[in-house]
Amino acid sequence: MWQTLQTALTPYILSPLTVLLCLSAAGGWVLGARRLARQGRAPSVWRALSFFTGLLLCYAVIHTQFDYYARYMFFMHRIQHLVLHHLGAFLIALANPLPVLAAVAGGRRFPLLARAFAPLRRVLFDPVVATLLFVGLIFFWLWPSVHFDAMLSLRLYELMNWSMLIDGVIFWLVILDPRDPRQARTSGFGVRFLMLVAALFPQILLGAYITFSEPGLYDVYAICGRAWPLSPATDQVLGGVLTWIPPAMMTILGALVVLRYYLNYEQRGD
Amino acid sequence: MRIPGLLIALFAVLLAGCGESPVAFHGKDITGVMDDLSFTLTDENGDTVTESIVDGKAVVLFFGYTHCPDYCPMTLTLLAQAMNTLSEQEREQLRVLFISVDPERDTPALLKEYTDYFGPEVIGLTGSKDQLDDVTKRYRTAYGYGDKDEEGNYEVSHGLAMYGFDKSGRVRLLMRNDQPVEQVADDLKALTDL
Repeated sequence: MWQTLQTALTPYILSPLTVLLCLSAAGGWVLGARRLARQGRAPSVWRALSFFTGLLLCYAVIHTQFDYYARYMFFMHRIQHLVLHHLGAFLIALANPLPVLAAVAGGRRFPLLARAFAPLRRVLFDPVVATLLFVGLIFFWLWPSVHFDAMLSLRLYELMNWSMLIDGVIFWLVILDPRDPRQARTSGFGVRFLMLVAALFPQILLGAYITFSEPGLYDVYAICGRAWPLSPATDQVLGGVLTWIPPAMMTILGALVVLRYYLNYEQRGD
Repeated sequence: MRIPGLLIALFAVLLAGCGESPVAFHGKDITGVMDDLSFTLTDENGDTVTESIVDGKAVVLFFGYTHCPDYCPMTLTLLAQAMNTLSEQEREQLRVLFISVDPERDTPALLKEYTDYFGPEVIGLTGSKDQLDDVTKRYRTAYGYGDKDEEGNYEVSHGLAMYGFDKSGRVRLLMRNDQPVEQVADDLKALTDL
């Protein structure tokens, strides 16, 4: 039993970068939350739970035995990206982590660093750019020739996974920002609804396209060998459905959270 | 909107920046994408061997199993046909490594009988699970076993790629068995010329 668990938790290919980034994210939250607690502004247990569940899910799909199956089965790869780009990123963003992570710096200010990052943040958090990147990255990495190279090259594979996670977190941070848009000057709730709708339809189309295409769209899994003998047609249909339906459900979930914020501020505004 | 353009340019650079290669293969050029040739496996005599058995020769590496109904015999036949179009000197500079991922059924003796059928340049290898895991991980390929039927037969899933290495053991080429014989022959020749 212990040995099975140990095997399951052993990363298929050890990535120091992944360990470092996940540890800094977790450490950042703990440190920041402590600092905030001293000022009596500790983040709630729910926020911590959301943050760590999201982080753990992302770690589990890229740095355990799960990663092996994600490399050698198309539909498992789609589950991996579902967690990185949607579920895990959603939970991390839902925790509203930026104020907590910013608290790590304490009273110190880094004006140069802030000035350097301000334009980048303005662009990446722009609703149009965030939506284009969110949908664009899904299409980019699923482009058959790009997908082929990413599954062969370790470097590209890691770039693919981290770009999906970081992009997912940015998109959901824009959608799930809990501040009042009128005061914080963030994207309005209507804009966020439009972002979700704009991201929804291309994903449905792509998922349907993969599901109903002739088998062999992603032949890299045949060339590299599947983790177990599953027919390529079944693998592709499962992968297509996973690209199609769960992301659509996550969009609805996002819309519900936005709706709740909206009603909250509407009542308070009256 | 400047950022997405920048990102696309970055991806393009990353995709293209995998190393220059002087030859144009019909197959896919994967120079620098994977590690140099390296393995510790069991040969057709039951001895433990490493990549030094092909020192100084260009290599085509292929994973399979002798009970394979279709891909393995097809691919090895294709390679044998392509090798037959090469001169004796060219063939002498080339070795085909057939690594069986089914050590339970593929004994050294069976491997020898099987690979000899496809030519003297074809060498059969297999190994323990750890050894096979090592070499398959190195070349980004997986294998797995289906359930046994009443007679104890089972299917084995494995990669279909042929990996080409130059004489110094650097990875160069990824070929698929849907390439015509002439193109495979061209690529083999190019490999020995590197």
